[in-house]
Amino acid sequence: MNIPDDLYYTENHEWGKVEDGDLRVGITDYAQEELGDIVFVDLLPEGTAVSRGDSVGTVESVKAVSEVYAPVDGEITEVNPALEDAPELVNQDPYGKAWMVVIRMTDPSAARSLMDSRAYEEYVKAEAK
Amino acid sequence: MAGRDDVAGFPLIREPLLKDVGAPGRNRRVLPAPFDVPQAVDLPGIAVLPDIPDVSEVETVRHFTRLSDLNYGVDNGMYPLGSCTMKYNPKMAEAMAEALKPVHPGDEAAMGSVLGLLFLLQQHLGEICGMDACSLWPAAGAHGELTGMMVIRRAVDAGGSGRRKVLIPDTAHGTNPASCAVAGFVTENIPSGSSGFLTAQTVEEHLDGDVAALMITNPNTLGIFEEEISEIARLLHENGSYLYMDGANLNAILGVARPGDMGVDCMHVNLHKTFATPHGGGGPGGGPVLVKEGLAPYLPLPRIVNDGHGGFALDREGPESIGMVHSCLGNVAISIRALAYILSIGPSGLRETAKAACLNANYLRSRLAGLYDLPYPTPTLHEFVLSDRAFKGTGVSTMDVAKALMDFSFHPPTVYFPLVVGGALMIEPTETEPIEELDRFALAMEDIARRARENPEELHGAPVTTPVGRVDEVLAARSLILTWP
Repeated sequence: MNIPDDLYYTENHEWGKVEDGDLRVGITDYAQEELGDIVFVDLLPEGTAVSRGDSVGTVESVKAVSEVYAPVDGEITEVNPALEDAPELVNQDPYGKAWMVVIRMTDPSAARSLMDSRAYEEYVKAEAK
Repeated sequence: MAGRDDVAGFPLIREPLLKDVGAPGRNRRVLPAPFDVPQAVDLPGIAVLPDIPDVSEVETVRHFTRLSDLNYGVDNGMYPLGSCTMKYNPKMAEAMAEALKPVHPGDEAAMGSVLGLLFLLQQHLGEICGMDACSLWPAAGAHGELTGMMVIRRAVDAGGSGRRKVLIPDTAHGTNPASCAVAGFVTENIPSGSSGFLTAQTVEEHLDGDVAALMITNPNTLGIFEEEISEIARLLHENGSYLYMDGANLNAILGVARPGDMGVDCMHVNLHKTFATPHGGGGPGGGPVLVKEGLAPYLPLPRIVNDGHGGFALDREGPESIGMVHSCLGNVAISIRALAYILSIGPSGLRETAKAACLNANYLRSRLAGLYDLPYPTPTLHEFVLSDRAFKGTGVSTMDVAKALMDFSFHPPTVYFPLVVGGALMIEPTETEPIEELDRFALAMEDIARRARENPEELHGAPVTTPVGRVDEVLAARSLILTWP
């Protein structure tokens, strides 16, 4: 299972990458593996204000539809247009081409309250038990 | 010359669509000659002639007969689709509905007796559920949910509180949040406890002045009875909130426990689950809504009332009502079947169906729990949920198990639901399965579990005995091709 060191993680299996005051958000390798083949991604539009824990969109696999949650408070400033036509990118490249939204953080230090890679690895291990 | 291998027979040949078979002149209906009837031209009111495939009668009949042979229903074998309650539909109830078919809705005298039957069904459902008033009109379960939540919305607005929040546990049916949203509420998902039922403490933590209702399914989608429901009802009522119960699983407690006695204010019943009316193919179903007295003025119109001369009539007036939710009398033939079912087995029979449904489910659960992962050991009623966790590392998933069951002539159970269990297999045999069919199912599941450990690759290819093998569901979902007539 791939858990990059330079990202932050949530209990709902989103990852976040700090880019100045922005947080680039997607779902983790573990999440895409659990969901199976992704067939549809639906994301909220740019300009939407979100609070931590709000849904920023849904990811649909053959098995189920799952929500993607905002890891931090802020405003969605970018939405990945590639996922509309190529949802399979979420399976192929969850940490790269399949980023979902960029959130401008209300509090730029908010990401620090999320799990680091080591904590997330422990969390996933515990959940898989 | 074509060899034996080149000539495929039914059911291995794919049954083509009639529109692909049709060609001008293919309908070779022989007419008398000379055929001296004048031909109609410019038929009034038809701008575009319907594009009906040009095929012969025998091809048409064979097409639909073959399709019906390819179909699988509860009349073919066990259909253990959890939550859907695919029990056998007695042919007696079919005959009763058939007998009423000639009655024209405009024939008031004849309709009086139909209204009498519907009134009787309302009374029976009220008694079975422990509720005060009933409307039979909603066309199915989700429609019943929507109607019930609209009733609550009207009551909340009439009371002036303007509350907008509905709490929904994570073991609810997927339609619950949707029905609430359409009725103008916002929903909040709340977690069930580690034992698989909702605790009163969790409800208390989420109660505030904006909570209009809690929507709960009891027993829930894990098949577990919500044992704290009375305390949950008390907390809700103290907070000025309503308790809505999704009656999808009423078949598990029929004649044993009544939602009304648990403190439920509003609920719907799925006639096509609990009362053995036909199911699937998109309906028609029946989703009657039942309420306690305080909510009765808001029920849909029209209402069936005594006409003062010993008969029944429809009252279309009701200023507080949410209005009409369906034309005429809902799916009246479904209501008649449900009434026939209830009357044919009586109160003791209803109780017996609930007990047998729970016994059948627990028999299968006890036989399969050692072979498959059972995520919640809490006792269950009419259905239970297994997962594919025991096969982690073999590459065998719930989907493989479901597909492999088709090779034993079973309909697969509900899969990947409820969402609180990863890789869920939700099994509901219903009370109508004989022990031999349950044993056959258990043996099939044992065989699949053994192969999952010994020869996992083989299961990825299942089913192999059906006319169409494993379909590429990912491709189908990603590349949707809509074909209009």
